Amino acid sequence: MRRLTPYLLALPSWLWLAIFLVVPMAAMASVSLQTGNAIDGFAMTFSFSNYSDALGRYGTQLARSLVYGGLATVAMLVIGYPVAYWIAFKGGTRKSVYLFLLLLPFFVSFVLRTISWNFLLSDNGILFGTLKGWGLLPADFHVLATTVAVVGGLTYNFLPFMILPIYVSLERVDPRVIEAAQDLYATRAAAFRRVVLPLSLPGVFAGVLMTFVPATADPINAQILGGTANTMIGNIIQTEYLTNLNYPTASALSFTLMAVLLVGIFVYARALGTENVLEAAAR
Amino acid sequence: MRGIRLGDRLLHIYTWIIIVWLSSPIAVMILFGFNDKKSKSNTSWQGFTLRWYAELFDISDLTVALRNSLVIAAVSTVITVVIGTMLGLALGRHRFRGKGFTNFLVFAAISTPELVMGASLLSLFVSGNVPRDANTIIIAHVLFSVSFVVVTVRARIVTLDPSLEEAARDLGATAWGTFRQVTLPSIMPGVMAGAMLSFALSIDDYVVTSFVNGSTVTFPLWIVGAVKTGIPPQVNVMGTLIFGIGVLIAIGNAVAARRRT
Repeated sequence: MRRLTPYLLALPSWLWLAIFLVVPMAAMASVSLQTGNAIDGFAMTFSFSNYSDALGRYGTQLARSLVYGGLATVAMLVIGYPVAYWIAFKGGTRKSVYLFLLLLPFFVSFVLRTISWNFLLSDNGILFGTLKGWGLLPADFHVLATTVAVVGGLTYNFLPFMILPIYVSLERVDPRVIEAAQDLYATRAAAFRRVVLPLSLPGVFAGVLMTFVPATADPINAQILGGTANTMIGNIIQTEYLTNLNYPTASALSFTLMAVLLVGIFVYARALGTENVLEAAAR
Repeated sequence: MRGIRLGDRLLHIYTWIIIVWLSSPIAVMILFGFNDKKSKSNTSWQGFTLRWYAELFDISDLTVALRNSLVIAAVSTVITVVIGTMLGLALGRHRFRGKGFTNFLVFAAISTPELVMGASLLSLFVSGNVPRDANTIIIAHVLFSVSFVVVTVRARIVTLDPSLEEAARDLGATAWGTFRQVTLPSIMPGVMAGAMLSFALSIDDYVVTSFVNGSTVTFPLWIVGAVKTGIPPQVNVMGTLIFGIGVLIAIGNAVAARRRT
């Protein structure tokens, strides 16, 4: 009995993950090679051309998603690092208060937050409408339905996921190490570049992983803040699956997206060194 | 020295700017729940009213969507917490064959993009002719939350000294008695954190749900569907109430944790 205990404990979750995570991936792989339509049904024909067709039709949106996801990730890193740094080293006894304030947006639905931005940024809304009324902005000025709106929305929505892991790695840095560097005549800039920054890289790595993947695959920001010129791959997959009922194309696109993200993660992990990956994964 | 202080002060101000930026949509949401709007769209401030709080449940399909979200979140949280805690215990306390692969599955469930998760679940349900309704939504929500419970429970159990449990067994407690009186109380903060996280993930989810909902509408799905015609102020009020309750629970939990230590 005792020897069986761990297996019995693990079994329910294990089955759940196997049946609803692993099997669906196989189902999706199978659907992506089928042909047919929603009315007559789909049949397995091993048509690998589904992939080339899908990429031919939607390669632009896939590339755009990677660019938007990448831009948003860089923006989050640049915006978030100083915040994580200040809270970790200067937050003092109120560190947890600052972290709580950074997490406040998560108490509001993702969808609702994004809609609030749509509302704040609307062409004649409380912000731009007022500025236009004062003559500070030209009448045709707009942000909605532009790349800036979508990348900005992604940056806004995922920023805390960048700040938190960086904060955790910086918080672990022993201040005496920095003092030691300064005692050895390093300037503040040199101490940061050669001591603090390298020690925070695992956090940066985890932060980039936690933001780039969901930002690239996100359909909501493009749908609510973007226009027809900003459609991302997430919107295409949703439409193909749910509106056009074109399951093979949608499955091929989902698989391609996942493959591209996995390859991206792998290349990035190699560039940063595997220890960092293991450390980030172990958290 | 002056230069150092100036840099720190600038970073302090910068941190507050970021906090204000992150919170600004919340302020807008709360404010426009009090807007006495006359026209169809709720986009400009037209005076203060409590009308939308009084008429909170007047839009019947919105009320149904909110109730669906709450029921689905409650049911999926219970399932998630039970099976997730079990796996967390197994991974944190025991050695067993297939542990490495199980760890990989847990990690894979966290890192799979929501979109791919939703799409692949729909592929499974379509292939198996499974009708999509509240049950398929619950299946999906348990799937994306269970790993978070596993991780929080495992993080807690590895800090717990196993000799406490051995002592209980030596004193004649049964395996179940040891679990209920020793193990469970000490991992409770991890279990609660996991429960709150899975409730929050469930009630907030749009992407995965949009694939597996069939004709069942949840709160986030209703909101996205209403974007084109205009979001009614009742949505702001519901968002405000959920926000307020969530913040209160989080603060209460933090205070309780501080009192324990």
